[in-house]
Parts: sequence; C-alpha cells; structure tokens
Amino acid sequence: MSNPLRDPRDRRIPRVAEPSVVIMFGVTGDLARKKLLPAIYDLANRGLLPPGFSLVGFARRDWNDQEFVSHAYEAVREHARTPFRDTVWKQLSDGMRFVSGEFSDEGAFDRLAEVAAELDADRGTGGNRAFYLSIPPGQFPVVVRQLERSGITDSKDGHGWKRVVIEKPFGHDLTSARDLNDLLASVFQPQSVFRIDHYLGKETVQNLLALRFANTLFEPIWNRRYVDHVQITMAEDIGIGGRAGYYDGIGAARDVIQNHLLQLLALTAMEEPVSFAQDGLRAEKQKALSAVQIPEDPLTETARGQYAAGWQGGIPVPGFLAEDAISPDSATETYAAIKLGVDTRRWAGVPFYLRTGKRLSTRMTEIAVIFQRAPHLPFNATDAKELGQNALVIRVQPDEGITMRFGSKVPGSAMEVRDVNMDFAYGESFTESSPEAYERLLLDVLVGDPPLFPGHEEVELSWKILDPIEEFWRTNGRPEPYLAGTAGPASSDAMMARDGRAWRRL
Amino acid sequence: MKAELIDTSASTVRNELIRMCQKMGGLTTGVVLNLIIMTDEADQYDAMRAGTHAGREHPCQILGVIARAGRRPRRLDAEITVGESMPGQTVLLRIQGELNEHVDSVVTPLLVPDTPVVIWWPGKAPEAPAADGLGMLGQRRITDAAADEAPRKRLLELAAAYQPGDTDLAWARTTNWRSLLAATLDRPYAEITEAAVEAEADNPSADLMAAWLALRLGVPVHQEVSMGPGVTGVSFLTADGKIVISRLDGRNATLSRPGEPDRAVALHRRDTDELLAEELRRLDPDEVYGETLAILATSQTIAASEE
Repeated sequence: MSNPLRDPRDRRIPRVAEPSVVIMFGVTGDLARKKLLPAIYDLANRGLLPPGFSLVGFARRDWNDQEFVSHAYEAVREHARTPFRDTVWKQLSDGMRFVSGEFSDEGAFDRLAEVAAELDADRGTGGNRAFYLSIPPGQFPVVVRQLERSGITDSKDGHGWKRVVIEKPFGHDLTSARDLNDLLASVFQPQSVFRIDHYLGKETVQNLLALRFANTLFEPIWNRRYVDHVQITMAEDIGIGGRAGYYDGIGAARDVIQNHLLQLLALTAMEEPVSFAQDGLRAEKQKALSAVQIPEDPLTETARGQYAAGWQGGIPVPGFLAEDAISPDSATETYAAIKLGVDTRRWAGVPFYLRTGKRLSTRMTEIAVIFQRAPHLPFNATDAKELGQNALVIRVQPDEGITMRFGSKVPGSAMEVRDVNMDFAYGESFTESSPEAYERLLLDVLVGDPPLFPGHEEVELSWKILDPIEEFWRTNGRPEPYLAGTAGPASSDAMMARDGRAWRRL
Repeated sequence: MKAELIDTSASTVRNELIRMCQKMGGLTTGVVLNLIIMTDEADQYDAMRAGTHAGREHPCQILGVIARAGRRPRRLDAEITVGESMPGQTVLLRIQGELNEHVDSVVTPLLVPDTPVVIWWPGKAPEAPAADGLGMLGQRRITDAAADEAPRKRLLELAAAYQPGDTDLAWARTTNWRSLLAATLDRPYAEITEAAVEAEADNPSADLMAAWLALRLGVPVHQEVSMGPGVTGVSFLTADGKIVISRLDGRNATLSRPGEPDRAVALHRRDTDELLAEELRRLDPDEVYGETLAILATSQTIAASEE
C-alpha cells in the first residue's frame, strides 16, 4: 500500500529511514565512537530516523544496556555535529540495547536474536535489520556464520529486510575479495550488501556528478582533446598510528588506491549514466574501471616509498620501521603512486596519475583535471611566461570545494598573464551544517538506496588493476625511503618528470 | 567591516558595498541568493538575526528594508556589514517619506545580478504578495500568517492571491509534524476513516495541516482547540483503533498505535532561522502548499471548531 502522505513533489518531507534495527559489531571501536554513533544521533536530530528506530551494540565488554547508552552518550556529546537535545537523545536511547559476548559464543548470538525479536515486537521494527560489521575482516567469517546460525538474518518468511554493511578493506587481492563476497552472498542477497567507501558520501564527490552532468560548461572539454592529464591525490599527514597490525603487509596502495582513488578515477572518467539509480551509475563505473590500462613497465610508471624519521609540521616523528609493532625489515609501502590509462575514445592517451601517502607535508584529497596549453599564444613570449596549464580541481578534503585555475592579466600597464585561482565553496560555513559522509551513507543503507556504494564487480575490477602492480613490487626491491613531512619519494617525482609533468604541490 | 550612510542614495550604497567587498577580497562571488527582508524597527533585530543564521547555510546578500511610517521628508539611510558573522553581506536600509511608495527603485540596483531573489515579510505583508511591486522581483515570497491578528482570515486571503512561488512560515512549521505523520503511515495500518488536528486557538499551522490531511487522505478532518503550545496532537481513526501523536510541551511527542506500547518521539518547535533556512533550500514553487491553500479555501471537509 502506498503511503497517501508521501508525494514526490513534497520535497520538504525528507526521506526517512524505515523502522529498523541497526546491529553494530565493534561498537566500542574508534570508528563507532567518532563517526557511527554520532552520525546516528545527527540523523535522529535531523528527524531522519523513524520512531521506533533501534540500535543494538554487540561487543566483548561486560556491559548492560545502561552502560552502552552512556558509552554512546559520551561519543555523541563529543563528536556529534548537530546541537545536543535531550528529547532526541531520549527517543534514541529508548531503543538502545547491548549484547555482550565473544564472536565464538553461540549463546551470545542467540541472545542477540532474542533482543532483535523483542525490538520487533516492542518498537515495531518489523524484522528490518542492518548489520554493521565494524570489525577486522578476519572476523567476518565467524560472525557471518553465527548470524546465519542464530536465524537472525533469516528473511525467507518475507519478514523485513536484512542488510549488511562492511568497511574497506574488501579483501587484500582478487582471490580474497571473491572469498569475502562468496561468504556474504551465502547469507545476504547481493543487493543487500553495502560496501562503505566514505569518500563517496562526501558532498564534493557527489558534486562532481552534478558538475559534470548538470552543466554544459565542462562536459565538452572533459576528454582527450582538451585534458592533458588527471592527478588524483590523497595525502595524509599522520602516520599509521595504532593501525600497525592491519597496515603492515597491506600498504598504501591496497589501503587507499584500490578503493578510494580508483572510485574517484571511475567517477571522473566514466560516461554519463542513463540514470543515477544504482544500475545506471554502477554500469558506467564498471565500464570505466574495466577500460583501465595498467602500466606496461611498472618500474618507470609506478613509485613507492616508506617514510623515514623526519619533521612533520614542526614535530619530530619516527620512521615507519620504528613504529610500534612494525617489523624493522618491513617492505610495506606507505607511499604509492601509479600511472594508469583509460582505454576509451574519450581518454585514450590521457594519463591518470594516482598517489597516496602517509606522513606527507599536509592532509589533502583532490582530483585535479589539468588541461592542455593553448595551441598558440598571441602574446610576446615573455608576456605569458608565468602562465601554467589551466586546471579544474575538485577538493574533496579538508576544504571541500572547487578551484579553477586560469590565466589572467596582471593589473598594470604591461600585458602580462599569470595564473589565478577562482574558488567555489558553497558558503564557508556551509560544511558545518552539511551532513557528514557517514550520515548520508547510513541513511542510504536504511532507506535501501545503494548508488553511492561500490558493487562487488567494481571491487573485483579494482583488484585486477592493482594485483599485477603489487606482484611486481613484491618481487622487485624495496620501497624508497622519504623524509616524513615531505611530498614523498624522489622516484615519484622522477616518474612525472619522465612524462614532462610534475605533481601539484601538496 | 561596517559602514553607515546617512541621507544617501542607492547608487552611493552600491558603490560603498563594492568598495568594501573589494577591500575584503571580493566576497560577492560565493553568494547564492538575494534575501530581502521587509521589516520594521521593532522586529528588525530578530529578523536580521534569523536571516544571518540562515545565511550560514545559504550564503546570501541580505537587504533589510525598514519602511518608516508617518509624514517625513524623503530619505534613505543605510548600514552596510560585510564579512562579519556570516558569508556574504548585509545592508539594512531605512526609508521614509515618498520613498515608501518606491521601495523597489532603492532595492533593485543593490541586488546581486542574475542571482535568485527571495522576499520575506516577517510581520505584516501585502495582501497579495506576488502583486506587490517588490514581490514581483522575487522567485520566492515568504509570508507568516501567524504574525497576523486573524491568521485564518489571512490564510484565506493568501489562498485567494496565491501565485507559484508564494510560501508561508506557518507551512514550514508543519514540516516536522508532516514528516513524522508520513513516517507513521509508512508502516501498515487499517483504513483511516477520520482524522483530527488539535492546536491552540488561531494557529494557522493547524489549519494548513488539517487541510493537507484532508487533501491527502480524502477523509473528514476535525480541528480541536487545546491550550497549546502550537499544535498539540494529530490523530487518525482507523478500523483497528486510534493512531495518536500528541505533543503537549512543544518538545516531546508520544506516538500511540493500537496494540503497541507508546513511544517517545522528539518533535521540537523550531526557531525562525531554521524555518527560514528550510524555505531557502528550494527556490522552485511549492506546489503542495498551493494545493493545500486551495483546499483550505474551498473544502467543506474541514469542520472548523471556531465559532
């Protein structure tokens, strides 16, 4: 039965999640505390969660419901973006439950199933359940098996939806990614698996789609006739921090390029989707990723590095090999740069340079489309000496917005042209009230709207791009050290220089 | 940066505004709309503040206009604020004498070109907003029926004069309610035969909500008077019993459904700046508001409780 109070033209009424239970594993972890719990509160505060929405935490701690609520309360007070309201908190905390146990403990999962059934009865959540696995991927198999065994994921009786949310990494190579997918597919429907790439929830990334496909100004030049090359960068100023156990042996390319950067590449390079529904968008991203051409000679077309002790932002920091729990002869890269091609009529011959690294001079993520120089400059040679290449830069973080760089006359009596930046930020303080990426993505999970989540095919295609490079690296030497707080290893700059190009300064 | 211009002209104000913006580094570039606030001396503080707050979400140039009544000589005073507490810029104009008949001639030159115009009357508004000299400039005309002494009569007036682009803060006040009601009916329910809206007397939001329910549900909707504050309850009579949402304190609501325990729901009354920010989120006509007003004006299904 359609809801008579809903009218697509009535756009003041927001999309509200269906009555549902979110069951969160790893609820005591950092991500839950800093992002997920605050995002749930913010959604509730914006009126986007339905009455009866419930949250169940599952963890090893010996907590009761009340202790869980106070854990969540502290997380919300500290990290929520919207003002705290006790009425909202009451509505939310009324539906919070906690189940304590080990992942191997069958009894704990049976209790979890009971709690979920009680919530269905008491709060009208109708069997709608989202399982958020904020846990190390090594634990997925045991948890998924337990969920299946306890019957909590059973949707055969047509009783509500069951969705699962996982975070990167989606495996560490093609084989493990397929194993993970097989595991999830044995319990959940393919369209019920939500792979979170929080970059795709960011306003600017979605704005890239608006920029490209809502305007006439950019699409005509979005091709090899005008574009010289594309640089996609995710630079971090932090080291690996407490993630040593995960990071050692994984490295920057698997951690960042495989998911975030290749997704950004796909959105930049893809053709116009027939619609922004899931199928349309995924089809185009898949096409773009399947057209990606990997380096013929990885030696000259990739670069990797490992940070050495140095100064980062005025603070002395240790090198990667001296970090806690990293083996002193680790060959894990903390910086990776690769040059890719996209073999389509639109992009043939246009290189896409991807780079990411830790302990670089600054924190910054951007997509920079660099245009060709004008074929002829009707100025004296010296007049346009300072003119660089035009660029369109989508700044993803931290300062979300769009920058356009073009040549402009320098005021004065002489004709002199130099680069200027034109900046677009949708209001300097707009970002503070705009929803956080996790808010948007959580709501999408609860509403069942998957376009912003990468599909399994995209994950596989990404591994197909990365696996040969990883294999080459594994068998060819070690990453080159670079000083912490700099822009990365010299081999990366050399890679660009061979093509007569240079990285944008961080 | 602030400047005050006494007994001036619109072109002087404009030149000063450009000069100040250049000095501050060209702030006009980020502005996404012009917001004109027609207010008076008593309300200007609150109105400008709400505008500034809303401007944080929607960077805008705010032109506040205070038309000073009485027989005075023609005069224009202006206070310009650039780049303080919000993106964009604010100009507060005080006009008197003959100028009151020609407000648009003062405002037009100051608008950021080729950028949408929204006009907000926090208090008294023209009988037909779209026919007003200034109203004609706006993509969006925001009135507030609750500010009128006779809100119901005012709504009927607005209904008669409705043009696409008109909207009212009394309607925006219903959004959270309507959203909650829609979420309530997302779940299965037995057929609804009647509905009721309960609110304090002379509450235009209750009138609009009742009309909207009548429009969407096609059942009789009763209005009942309570002690407030604002709208205090909505109920649906179904074959299985009553679905009731009641909110007695303006903050906490209770949702009751047949055969289920009561549930607490946060449903707080919103401040003007939040309502205004909602209005500025979309600049295309609000068709549902138009239809709701039309129903309000014509429908016999609303059994008004007032004498």
